Amino acid sequence: MSNPITSELLLQRLQERFGEAILQHESPYDLLTVEVTPSSAHAIVKWLKEDNELALSFLTLLGAVHYPDQTGREMAVVYHLHSLVHNVRLRLKAFLPIEDPSIATITDIYVGANWQERETFDFYGVKFVGHPNLVRILNEDSMDYHPMRKEYQLEDATREDKDDRFFGR
Amino acid sequence: MSDIEQLKKQSLFSNDTINGEIATLNLGPTHPATHGIFQNVLKVDGEKILSSEQTVGYIHRAFEKLAERRPYNQITPITDRLNYCSSPINNLGWDMTVEKLIGAGVPKRVDYMRVIIMELARIADHLVCNSVIGVDTGALTGFTYMFQQREAIYELFEEVCGARLTTNIGRIGGFERDFSPVFHEKLKKFLKDFPKHFNEFDSLLSRNRIFMDRTIGGGPISGERALDYGFTGPNLRAAGVDYDVRVMNPYASYEDFDFIIPVGTQGDTYDRFQVRQEEIRQSLAIIHQAYNNLPEGDYYSKDIPEFYLPAKEDVYTKMEALIYHFKIVMGEIPVPVGEVYHSVEGGNGELGYYLISDGGRTPYRLQFRRPCFIYYQAYPEMITGQTISDAVLTLSSLNVIAGELDA
Repeated sequence: MSNPITSELLLQRLQERFGEAILQHESPYDLLTVEVTPSSAHAIVKWLKEDNELALSFLTLLGAVHYPDQTGREMAVVYHLHSLVHNVRLRLKAFLPIEDPSIATITDIYVGANWQERETFDFYGVKFVGHPNLVRILNEDSMDYHPMRKEYQLEDATREDKDDRFFGR
Repeated sequence: MSDIEQLKKQSLFSNDTINGEIATLNLGPTHPATHGIFQNVLKVDGEKILSSEQTVGYIHRAFEKLAERRPYNQITPITDRLNYCSSPINNLGWDMTVEKLIGAGVPKRVDYMRVIIMELARIADHLVCNSVIGVDTGALTGFTYMFQQREAIYELFEEVCGARLTTNIGRIGGFERDFSPVFHEKLKKFLKDFPKHFNEFDSLLSRNRIFMDRTIGGGPISGERALDYGFTGPNLRAAGVDYDVRVMNPYASYEDFDFIIPVGTQGDTYDRFQVRQEEIRQSLAIIHQAYNNLPEGDYYSKDIPEFYLPAKEDVYTKMEALIYHFKIVMGEIPVPVGEVYHSVEGGNGELGYYLISDGGRTPYRLQFRRPCFIYYQAYPEMITGQTISDAVLTLSSLNVIAGELDA
């Protein structure tokens, strides 16, 4: 057994290996969160899985977050990775522009990413380039929008018979 | 190339076992053997499954979207409806996520009470799964025995929170009330009676020749493959990987308790059954430890009056309590800005909450890590080459819960 892997060491290794591609990092609630460039996300996830020392080889969660106010980087794709060997978790984020939210699929690295990417596509419209079957999964196929985006409020925003100020966001 | 030739090529069988009469069979969406709304379009040759195509989303209720319009206290009832076989784990997992966000600690007694409730829920969840495996092999008796025991557990939940299935148990910061004398009485009775009935159930199936023949080798998956698919919980442990959130990232003082994590070797239906059986025994041991060492103290945290709901009798009689109740439920309380991931060991595996707060009254984003959704995608791979009746058993032993699958 080599040295135990800590978040600090993990960050250091990532910066050594990918340098420019690591844009920002922070550790909210002790979970290392690293922002990476969208074009490098695939390579980083792949390297983290295959690197024997780090062994971040479990994909816990994949999803997206929509920030309509951040021009040019509205859509965040978030990966939660977990090393079951060292019990270290890592959150990777890649921000995409809303006009073309495309990022490489990681289904070739984790077969379990398949449905999670489909779900993210379904609800946020993120296009996972290279995904074998990128179609809607929970919503019906004929739907023509991506309902989890912030512009779709839960209630009809055009309703005028009701004052919504005191409820909701 | 014709469809038949294509399928022959992909098939696990040698060509001579294929008769060339390939039929399409709809297993689901509603089918008595699927125990939920799952559609599988099977391509079968006689009894053998050549391929399967899944459709999910029949009971999708947009929980993640709903959560973006609901204050924190109003989200707990949504979590009930994820894995409704073990709602208390979902409820308490959510409470702990919010506590993590606001940085609140809870008294030791609350932790132990939570452990007791969550392990009872795990027992109920596993009992349903395992007795249904029995039903699908044709053994209804064990199911009726175990549903009496599940009833006893539901009565315990009723004693704590008033509800049985969708419990909304506990509060952010603790519990709404301490365990009542009736609860103590019923829990003691349950702890005394349950092992006897459970062993009887175990003796009906565990070494039953027919049951073993039906389940051994059914729907297998290797440990590597299971990890690749993102399996967690009993299904992953049946494949031989000892990952359990309770041990890896202890929450609610799980580090205080002594228990073992059972693992299987083959990852087949029988191993999944046996892992759950052993987990029930371990859960029982944890409840004994937690109950016998239940610390004295408060049943809620006094440090966070801005989040913990006031007592119901005060709400009905005192103006201040009523105002606070309203403010808390309507989310008039400032919450910190932050991003938190918290996970608990649910009935089916790692149940995670990824919560982003922008300081508003509702979460900016809440994503549930639903173990069922993630591992159900392995189902076609697990049943290809199996018979239809084995596919039904594989589905019930995976314990796919429609509510958690579709969210």
